[in-house]
Amino acid sequence: MSVSRRKFLGWLGAAGMGTAFGTSANAASNKHFTGYPDSMGILHDISLCVGCRSCEAACNKVNELPPPEKPFDDKSVLDKKRRTTASVHTVVNKYDNAEGTKGPVFVKTQCNHCLEPACASACFVKAFAKTKEGPVSYDPSVCVGCRYCMVACPFNIPTYEYDSAFSPRVMKCTMCHPRVIQGRLPGCVESCPKEALTFGKRDDLLRIARERIRKHPERYVDHIYGEHEMGGTSWLYLSNTSFASIGMREDLGTTAAPNLTAGALGAVPLVVGLWPVLLTGVYAMSKRKEKIAKEEEAQAVGDAVAATKAEGEEKLSAALAKAGKDKDSAIKREVKKALEEAAKAQKEEAAEAKTEEDA
Amino acid sequence: MSQEAAVFGETSPPGKSLYTPFNVIAGIILIVGFVITILRFTKGLGAVTNLDNNYPWGIWIGFDLMAGVALAAGGYVTSAAVYIFGMKRYHSAVRPAILTGFLGYALVVVALHYDVGRPWRLPYPFIMQQGTTSLLFEVAACVALYLTVLFIEFSTAPLEWLGLKRARSIVVRLTMVLTIFGVILSTLHQSSLGALFLLAPSKLHPLWYSSYLPVFFFVSSVIAGLSMVIFESTLSHRYFAHKMDETHLAEKEGVALGFGKAASLVLAGYFTIKVLGISMDNNWHLLGTGYGMWFLVELLGFIALPCFLYAVGVREKNLCLIKWTSGLTVLGIILNRLNVCLIAFNWHLPSDEKYFPHWMEIGISVFVVTAGIVVFRFIVTRMPILYEHPDYKDSH
Repeated sequence: MSVSRRKFLGWLGAAGMGTAFGTSANAASNKHFTGYPDSMGILHDISLCVGCRSCEAACNKVNELPPPEKPFDDKSVLDKKRRTTASVHTVVNKYDNAEGTKGPVFVKTQCNHCLEPACASACFVKAFAKTKEGPVSYDPSVCVGCRYCMVACPFNIPTYEYDSAFSPRVMKCTMCHPRVIQGRLPGCVESCPKEALTFGKRDDLLRIARERIRKHPERYVDHIYGEHEMGGTSWLYLSNTSFASIGMREDLGTTAAPNLTAGALGAVPLVVGLWPVLLTGVYAMSKRKEKIAKEEEAQAVGDAVAATKAEGEEKLSAALAKAGKDKDSAIKREVKKALEEAAKAQKEEAAEAKTEEDA
Repeated sequence: MSQEAAVFGETSPPGKSLYTPFNVIAGIILIVGFVITILRFTKGLGAVTNLDNNYPWGIWIGFDLMAGVALAAGGYVTSAAVYIFGMKRYHSAVRPAILTGFLGYALVVVALHYDVGRPWRLPYPFIMQQGTTSLLFEVAACVALYLTVLFIEFSTAPLEWLGLKRARSIVVRLTMVLTIFGVILSTLHQSSLGALFLLAPSKLHPLWYSSYLPVFFFVSSVIAGLSMVIFESTLSHRYFAHKMDETHLAEKEGVALGFGKAASLVLAGYFTIKVLGISMDNNWHLLGTGYGMWFLVELLGFIALPCFLYAVGVREKNLCLIKWTSGLTVLGIILNRLNVCLIAFNWHLPSDEKYFPHWMEIGISVFVVTAGIVVFRFIVTRMPILYEHPDYKDSH
């Protein structure tokens, strides 16, 4: 099989189709996103939280979640570290031995509503979206249930309804998106008796947080958690102790999740573009090699045959020549022999004649 | 022997009972798997798995998907070697490799139906909304397309079996395009399976997390593909030698030596870039920790060692050593995928919160592998896989 023009054009067409199938992804672009303007957020002042769990109760009520095993005024649940579950969108945890504090420190945990969410970046059916109001929304009507969002979330927030056979959903805090659109406060913020939670525009919240740190440098750690973590989150945290000592990871970095996979996604057009060209080239080379090898083989065989033939002829002519020579010498020999015999006969005759004379 | 008896009884002499050890064990596994299947789809994932909110992915992803896709790489590796690089002497290895690849991918998709919450929505990423920012979208698209490519590539065997000459000749003419398409798709999704974890730098242990993850996964898939061809050929020869034609038997040894040599070289390259990965992130100090020891077990015991053993086996033409090494290499690839997906994942979690599979999860994985073996056996005992169909000799 040789590479005909038609075949080559066919492959070119296939390569073109491959390129057309390539995915386009903004994640691989150099766009810089710092959050929707005027989007809302919540500032959690950890130093003000008393662990009353009112927010948990409100969250449960607002989201119509199943009733808890132990009532919300039962403080014993705080003794064990908890995480969000399919029926609990927010939990308050107690840390007794936080750095540089006397009493226990209480931290509320829920979806942080990242500015560039890992879950949204990970979802292959776009079930997650960062809304312009601030909350990260989830659409269960398209969710396949691959749970890559749960793998991707750096804060370990999304949960899954593993016990549902026919309509399992990913469950997480919605930042009360339906209420926010109506101009109402999220359930947890509304219920907080100590004003540990402040709802507002994220930009305003950052100003408030900075102001508090400036006014009470002795009280706060000089860091607003969520301002830059993983590219920034809509939930912001102020703390009176190091974040690491209250279960909040300080090693997450400031790279937004989509940027982590941008490089890999950017390689797609490269592979789709380069492979067909390279492989077709390799194929053409191996074909050509094969062809040349075949030709060389044919050439070698021809040469060998010719050489054998020539050698054979040479041998033959040599043999013939030798045969001729042999014949000549045989004749000479015979002639010589005959002459010798003749001479001998003559001698004998002469001798005979002499004896006869003597006699 | 009747057709039905042949399904199960081909390896035993005619007239013997259907209750051979293989059939009994396979039968039990299939029945248990069937029962778990019913439980899974009527009671939900929670009833049969130990998955939780910290470990959304278990062995159905770590083993069935991650390892399954890697081990099914023999198809594209072999067809590329033979059709693109022109290594005709391995031609008899193409069909078994394509069959193994096709069944591997088909089973990956089957296993995926168990794992995702709503399997009937698996086409949604293509027909509803395309989440193109997700590497999982790339994986899904490539696996779907590549399964189709493998099906077409494989279809020559059943078409010959059924005597459909015209359809077969159309497929054969597509060989080159399919092979190139297969290499593109495999490069993309093999690497993307590793790239999936690029999104979780805070969860995957730094020794396994690397910006090279996609490269690691792609290169190791080549190793897995080469080793699986040797491994599968060894098993096929043991059980289906009577199905092999002279060409296959004559080329078999060359395939093991050639693929063993290639695997040794690629393993050496893989070892080098793994070490490069540690250097790039300067993670040397982590080698002294518990996870570091485990990393060294993988790096030395399942990458460096098989690399060396393959090299020795090839130099001394020790086929037995090459065969055992292929098994060791396959285990190493499985170990690597389990490490990335499960063992070194969530390494911050205390050990009591870590995941260990439920026996029913293992049951489904065993069920899926067994189903693959049974189907493989059904096909090689009927279709021209290990031998050339007499009507189409010299037609390639």
